Amino acid sequence: MLTYRDPVRHDGERRSRTAWQALARQPVGFLASAWPWRALLYLTSGLLVGALTICLLVVAVTVGLLTAVVLVGVVLLLVTALMGLPFARLERWRLRLVDLDGIPHPHRPPVGLGPRAWLRTRLTEPATWREFTLMVISVTALCWVDAAVLGLAFVVPALCVSAPVDDPAAWPWAVLGGLLLLAAPYSLTAWAGARAALCRIVLAPRGVEIDPHLKEISESRARLLDAFETERARIERDLHDGAQQRLVSLSGTLGLIRLDLPEPSTLHRPLAAAQEQVGLALADLRHLVRGLNPQVLTDNGLVAALEDEASRFPVPVSLDLRLTGRLPQPVEAAAYYAVTEALANVAKHSRATQVELVGRHHADLLSLAVRDNGVGGADVSGGTGLTGLADRLAVLDGRLRVSSPPGGPTLVLMEIPCPFE
Amino acid sequence: MPLRVTLAEDSALLREGLVSILGRFGHNIVDAVADADSLTEAVQARRPDLIITDVRMPPGNANDGLRAAVRLRQHLPRLPVLVLSQYVDQSYAAQLLDSDDGVGVGYLLKDRVGAVAEFNAAVEQVAAGATVIDPEVVRQLMRRRSDPRRRLTARELEVLALMAQGRSNDMIGRQLYVTDAAVNKHIGNIFSKLALPVTTDGHRRVLAVLAYLRR
Repeated sequence: MLTYRDPVRHDGERRSRTAWQALARQPVGFLASAWPWRALLYLTSGLLVGALTICLLVVAVTVGLLTAVVLVGVVLLLVTALMGLPFARLERWRLRLVDLDGIPHPHRPPVGLGPRAWLRTRLTEPATWREFTLMVISVTALCWVDAAVLGLAFVVPALCVSAPVDDPAAWPWAVLGGLLLLAAPYSLTAWAGARAALCRIVLAPRGVEIDPHLKEISESRARLLDAFETERARIERDLHDGAQQRLVSLSGTLGLIRLDLPEPSTLHRPLAAAQEQVGLALADLRHLVRGLNPQVLTDNGLVAALEDEASRFPVPVSLDLRLTGRLPQPVEAAAYYAVTEALANVAKHSRATQVELVGRHHADLLSLAVRDNGVGGADVSGGTGLTGLADRLAVLDGRLRVSSPPGGPTLVLMEIPCPFE
Repeated sequence: MPLRVTLAEDSALLREGLVSILGRFGHNIVDAVADADSLTEAVQARRPDLIITDVRMPPGNANDGLRAAVRLRQHLPRLPVLVLSQYVDQSYAAQLLDSDDGVGVGYLLKDRVGAVAEFNAAVEQVAAGATVIDPEVVRQLMRRRSDPRRRLTARELEVLALMAQGRSNDMIGRQLYVTDAAVNKHIGNIFSKLALPVTTDGHRRVLAVLAYLRR
């Protein structure tokens, strides 16, 4: 077994982790490695496992259906459903033949003790049903293709070569047979690689299955973000209801005093200055409030809010937003803050003279791209801005991609899953 | 001419402030209310000459005031409405301008209240059926246009912003300390840069410019 786990030491391909990699990296040297033999073993065992599973399935389903009236049949059908478990275990083990990385066990530990708890856990987790699906795919398709590929690699050449030697028309067949045999390592490995990739896709544990805490962490992050949003909204409301109204009112009072002041008065100038200060304070406050909780986003949606943002931006922004209707509130907020953050980065670092903002909502993905003609070199790991942006999107399972070669241009692409309602 | 005004503003302090400013110019506040529903009731009970309303008000604390005003104009066409807001945005302006072709519509930042005489002028113009739009909105709308051939000079933008506030050529000239002829020249340039037909009617020319900017 040791040789299976660590063949790289012998064939010199230290870095190939899968049969496919080995085939692609050293198409000739690969012939001398263990990989073609491993592929052969993988497919032959696949054929055997497939045949065995078909027999078991046929027996179990037939007997199960025939005896369904009594309880035995139900039990047998249940067993059929659970046959995916040992089958997948075997597949994961076999997969190591052509994929050294293997696939971790996707199942949860049973909740509680005893066979009943085990059964409940297994029947309710998606991994079980993915494994059952793989078993069905295997017996209906994969093991038949195994047979076809093995047949093409060995049976057909054997038939060709075994043609009668005294027949003068037979030698081209013998040559063809020889050539097919030479090609066998490639066809075997190619199919083995494809089959392994398919198994990996179906069997690989999903995010939550690898670590149940992942979901918890993302949920607690979402809660934290919610708490922040609520707090921001509260501060914004307090400023709006309090300080802003007082200042407007103060400005009005100053205006009335100036109006009623007798014409030649030394007070005109200081009063005008005071009123101007109030105006500046109001403008500052308005700027602050907009950053906290943009009312236009809540009232008129993402497109209006982004248009508003673009119209205030120091660099010309061309907008191409094809988004219809309103999106769920968390998506709109995340998208809005993500774009404003990306724009802020443009203003701070890029020295761009033109920015392009493109928004699309295709199928179940909202994508927003901010492209500028600046100097490039934006660093995702360095600045807190882009990292915060990625965090914000991650809470909604969205993602951020940045392309910013030195010298520009910079493209920030933000994607948030958002199904049509 | 004194106007009968219905005022809706949820901040008691500012409501009192507005009452005293309007009173100072001889207008009659028939109702001063603090939420959108009372505004609707008050206007239907006693048809005023003009509504002045805040955008953000109870009961929803969203754009309830604006929506109430737009709805009232559907039932009472040509009812002049002046909307005040803590901040202005073109998307709110659009909702107002779309109601009844923007006849007798005003949309101003609350900050403008401090310049009491100008504020009162805006109130009276809206009541007379003019369109008055905050320069901030005009600035936002202009920013969307980056076509260099149509880029206005700083002075032309100033003139345009004052035009949008419903000022006459005479008032614009006085405010910018330039002659009437200079104002006429700037307006001519604006209209030719934006490829709009020149019109002398102050209200129609504001609408023409706004319609162009919103295109």
